[in-house]
Amino acid sequence: MKMDCKHVWEHISEYIDDSVDAKLREDIERHLEHCEICSAILDSTRNILILTADNLTFELPVGYSERLHARLARELETAKQD
Amino acid sequence: MKQESGTTEAALIERILAGEKELFHELIRPYERRVYLTVFSMVKNETEAEDAAQETVISAYRHLASFRGDAKFSTWLTTIAINEGRKRLRKAKRAAEESIEEQAEGHEGDFTPAPLTDWREIPLEALERKELRQALRSAVAELPDIYRQVFTLRDLEELNVEETAEALGINPGAVKVRLHRARMMLQKRLVPFLKSTARASRAFFGRAL
Repeated sequence: MKMDCKHVWEHISEYIDDSVDAKLREDIERHLEHCEICSAILDSTRNILILTADNLTFELPVGYSERLHARLARELETAKQD
Repeated sequence: MKQESGTTEAALIERILAGEKELFHELIRPYERRVYLTVFSMVKNETEAEDAAQETVISAYRHLASFRGDAKFSTWLTTIAINEGRKRLRKAKRAAEESIEEQAEGHEGDFTPAPLTDWREIPLEALERKELRQALRSAVAELPDIYRQVFTLRDLEELNVEETAEALGINPGAVKVRLHRARMMLQKRLVPFLKSTARASRAFFGRAL
């Protein structure tokens, strides 16, 4: 069966996560081979996910870890006195 | 953000409960980032998120005895973080919960990606541009709450579908649908930021996701 673009778009997310079945994967891949638009959408989405997972994109506040452990240390100290 | 082995963690928890309390610092360390990002995705304010992250960790410490080994520690901790975030949202805005529910219905229809043909090969330099990171942060912040939460847990913190479903108390099917919508909304939002970049080497795309 020939897939249309819209059908591919509906499954892009699952395709990226590798959670489509073998048949659907094959259909999508066949479509991607000749469809520049869907290939570009797939690549752009993938790149956004790479960028999202990159620690530089979503940074923690400076000193966050130190303050967290200092607070925890105070808690442990209080608990000890109980 | 993968944990090497659950057994080490289980042993650590056992020792903490047996009295070696200081080890809680070590137990929590691999998840500091996740806890912060989880609450930040909800309260969207750095100061409040940091405060909520601290409360989460303290609460996890105080309730460690009630942690059961049938869930992963990381999922359990994430659930505490989500509850802390929800508590703060409720406090900040009584109606927040209702509007979160409404959003589920309110966004029917438009989850198609933006078609494009001229930036298939995004140069690495473009991805490293500060403006792009900023644009992504803003786009994520502007996602409707239910989508942002799922996106944060799945794509930022790299929990799997089941863990995300468990942490949010929704079914795995809903996780997949929301994740798909979140990704498509982001793709659409970010196209203009990428479009004008010139073509460059393909090498970057060899990177596995």
